[in-house]
Amino acid sequence: MQKPKSADVDFASTTSPTPGSAKSDPILVADKIVRQFGGLTAVNVDHLEIQRGSITALIGPNGAGKTTFFNLLTGYDSPNSGTWSFNGRELNGIPPHKVARLGMVRTFQLTKALYRLTVIENMALGARNQKGESVLRSVFPWIWRAQEAEIRARAIEILRKFKLLEKQDDFAAALSGGQRKLLEMARALMVEPEMIMLDEPMAGVNPALKQSLLEHIKELRTEGKTVLFVEHDMDMVHEISDWVIVMAQGAVIAEGTPASVMGNEEVIAAYLGAHHNDDLSASQEGA
Amino acid sequence: MDFLFITQQTLSATIGVNTIIFALAAIGLNMHFGYTGLLNFGQAGFLAIGAYSVAVPVVSFGIPLWIAFLIGIFNSIIFALLLGIPTLRLRADYLAIVTIAAAEIVRQIARSATFNEWLGGSDGITGKFGKEFFDLNPFKSGLDTPILRFNANDLWVVIVGWSLVAVITFVMWIMVNSPWGRLMRAIREDEDAVRSLGKNVYLYKMQSLIIGGVIGSIGGFVYALSRQSVQPDNYGTALTFFAYTVLILGGAARVFSPVVGAMIFWFLIVFIEQILRQGVSNNLIPDWLIGVNQVGQIRFMLMGLGLMALMIFRPQGIFGDKKELALDAKA
Repeated sequence: MQKPKSADVDFASTTSPTPGSAKSDPILVADKIVRQFGGLTAVNVDHLEIQRGSITALIGPNGAGKTTFFNLLTGYDSPNSGTWSFNGRELNGIPPHKVARLGMVRTFQLTKALYRLTVIENMALGARNQKGESVLRSVFPWIWRAQEAEIRARAIEILRKFKLLEKQDDFAAALSGGQRKLLEMARALMVEPEMIMLDEPMAGVNPALKQSLLEHIKELRTEGKTVLFVEHDMDMVHEISDWVIVMAQGAVIAEGTPASVMGNEEVIAAYLGAHHNDDLSASQEGA
Repeated sequence: MDFLFITQQTLSATIGVNTIIFALAAIGLNMHFGYTGLLNFGQAGFLAIGAYSVAVPVVSFGIPLWIAFLIGIFNSIIFALLLGIPTLRLRADYLAIVTIAAAEIVRQIARSATFNEWLGGSDGITGKFGKEFFDLNPFKSGLDTPILRFNANDLWVVIVGWSLVAVITFVMWIMVNSPWGRLMRAIREDEDAVRSLGKNVYLYKMQSLIIGGVIGSIGGFVYALSRQSVQPDNYGTALTFFAYTVLILGGAARVFSPVVGAMIFWFLIVFIEQILRQGVSNNLIPDWLIGVNQVGQIRFMLMGLGLMALMIFRPQGIFGDKKELALDAKA
């Protein structure tokens, strides 16, 4: 298989559209991840690879385990068994803040804007290696003032792109739901991640904002970043993703280009529930 | 009624030793609760550790007072670590339960018969353990003016105490306005969001617990020195909740709130008490309504009424911003 420099049509056309298929240049690889809550198996992913520099959508009906899988990958929850690696580095047992430092930054389904911080403070918080965040150095402002000015300048650049600049001195709580989603994504970018994981970035965002959010996500790919997002909005999935992974009842049941996945009978069955027991058990055994 | 006497008593209390102790306790709580969102209900424990750490080494072991201060700081750091290591990974309400229990454990150990020999049991420790401190007192006589009155020792405690409060408040002001302070406030709003940005939340919460605890134990130093005695039952849960009252009176997460809150708290308590006492002794308040012996209880009732009114009409405290308060953290 050839090695595409960045994900584009090549990657999508040369990768086999089967669950757990190998990618030419995977940034994230997960193996045999199982998470059980009592008797319920929430996640049971046999093998999954995410192509570097691509936009990958993770879809599936409610309760398919998408968010749980996100939590497992980012260290917010630990699986009962399984291994996964990011950029070749094993992530088992690595706490969330270290996962973020390695370059994999997530957002949340229920937006976690820091409400009683201003928009610009929310942004500045995202920057890495801040001298002023050390308890001892915080007492000597001249040590961190220059770096703080740089951080704010970078924050303002990103806020301008996300059309939040005029809100910079407002409390985050004063933003609309859609603006908070934008802020959360903008803040994640302050960490300068290699891979960004968005949990339902479109939920509650009005159509006008939606379009600009889509542009921002595409731009991330242009910059060489990898995007993995959970979404229910099929128009969005269709429009921006290079690759789609479908989960149902904790397992990956299909993978492929947006067009191929949406015509897939198992996917339709998982969503609509038609003979879903038969189909799912068949697909899990086959996977 | 002797209004001049009422004024003198009230003003002296407003800037007096108790105000300093409560201001320090509340500055520590402000770090914990106001800026980091840690619901520490055991601040009295930190004050107790500070107080016993200056009294016990000097009285029971003959260690110099200056070293006792260092022991006190060290002990309060250890106490913060003991509290924090098991609880800071858990949800906020667990910290509240554990801290209130830990402070009671400290008090019960202090008053237990087992350690009577060193800690003095329920009587506590009385002695001249502050001698080295009062030897430095440059004031040979106290202050006696129509509006302020302190004896020589209290005057020295008040001056040193307020200097401490000023320095600590200034350092707090710099810290909470630094990126470190921003990170603390972010943790108060949502820990998981802060983790997702690559910050070690556990480490920062521990720093907050230690810093607030050490400031509380400095309040304990002042408590012990000013009275030249330490009594375990002074460090019960009421002390913690009065410190919270002081903090909320001023408005949480404001640098000057603990100081102004403590001043208002003691102003009101002494003012109400003096008015009642004078009223009763001058027969302005009839005997069947309030007797002399009831004044002590009734001042707290009136104080409580006043606080209720404050919470209804100005829930954000003196310095707080009502708009900010309305932005519930989990809105």
